Amino acid sequence: MSARAEAFDGRQASDAAPAAAEPPSALALGLLPCDACGFVCRDAPGLEGASCPRCEAPLHARKPDSLRRTWAFLIAAMLLYVPANALPIMQTSTLVYNENDTILGGVRVLWLSGSWDLALIVFIASICVPLLKMVALVVLLLSAQRRSRWRRRGRARLYRLVEFVGQWSMLDVFVVALLVALVNFQSIAEVRAGPGAIAFGAVVVLTMLASMSFDPRLIWDEPER
Amino acid sequence: MHASPYVVCEHCDAVYTRRPLGRNERALCLRCGAELYRDQFADLQTMLALTVTSLIVFVIANVYPIVTLELQGVSSGTTLWGAIRATWDTGVGPVAVLAALTVFFFPLAQIVMFGYVLAALLRRRVPRGFIDLMHALRLMRPWSMVEVFMLGTLVSVVKIAGMASVKPEVGIFAFAVLTILLTVINSFDLRLLWDARGALDA
Repeated sequence: MSARAEAFDGRQASDAAPAAAEPPSALALGLLPCDACGFVCRDAPGLEGASCPRCEAPLHARKPDSLRRTWAFLIAAMLLYVPANALPIMQTSTLVYNENDTILGGVRVLWLSGSWDLALIVFIASICVPLLKMVALVVLLLSAQRRSRWRRRGRARLYRLVEFVGQWSMLDVFVVALLVALVNFQSIAEVRAGPGAIAFGAVVVLTMLASMSFDPRLIWDEPER
Repeated sequence: MHASPYVVCEHCDAVYTRRPLGRNERALCLRCGAELYRDQFADLQTMLALTVTSLIVFVIANVYPIVTLELQGVSSGTTLWGAIRATWDTGVGPVAVLAALTVFFFPLAQIVMFGYVLAALLRRRVPRGFIDLMHALRLMRPWSMVEVFMLGTLVSVVKIAGMASVKPEVGIFAFAVLTILLTVINSFDLRLLWDARGALDA
């Protein structure tokens, strides 16, 4: 077993056979790595679902119910995305005006006030990132479901990107919290948080849970097994 | 339980034999391009020093106001907790809870638990509740969002700079330092702690 695995060492494999550079999967070699701590066990019947000898987490060759869970979180996020953008996340009231800001409205205000750079940051973090994340997850889910071999490396990279940007969408939620605390001059000027902020926070959390539930190894699994 | 001679890519299941890395080198998966492991920037001792520092900075960041705002002679400042309470009071409780967890509780718990595990391992002792602590550290990582909050304060400052005069306070600088420290802590490969724990049995 060990001799075989060593023969498949990454560098050697690429040096010796550049045409067949593809390393074997743990599943094919009969190895079962622990998702939680990286400990590598030798797979045996009944080991799926058993506890990792090192960290006691349940061992799984693939995340259980990955596609179904990801779809569930993703659909919930998509539904909440509507109120997140339609409802105001912030209500500003001053002596002269009263304003309900949606996310896009907030970006517009920043843009009009001349801070195009921040308008761009908020636009990317609050509008582009959640939207692209949801589209990316749909692409990943559909292609994994069909066991597609289409652009695997690109899809793997897409997944890493989705994981990396996940938390940055929380930006607007923090901005609202700070403005509510800071702009608090009773009658002169006051900022209150709107219900859109709750929906938006939920969208961010749900898309993060969706990307965590997705198992990127499904991208590489071969159709018939 | 020893460090395994094999590394399995978390992203595509490819199997490799572990090789020692040179300074600043990273091992990438040949198949999917994900990082398998990297040369660690710091050893356990350095990490402990950084963790203790981040605990001190965390306290400073939370005690002092982040910014103060002045409008027609009235000034208003806020700390992180002030922002969380104000959000709670305006009736969006879930948002306040989310902010409290991601900017206060998770980072604090992370710092304390990481520091405790490091301190125990450096004294060649098995930390109490080691396995549970390790799982908690791993699971909290994506939900600890001090860096996002930091960017949020900058955006807020610019947003209100037009309507009132804004003065940065100690808190905002402390949060900036904390962002850097936590980024270093969060990039530490937790598998090294499993290895250090395993080495105690040997």
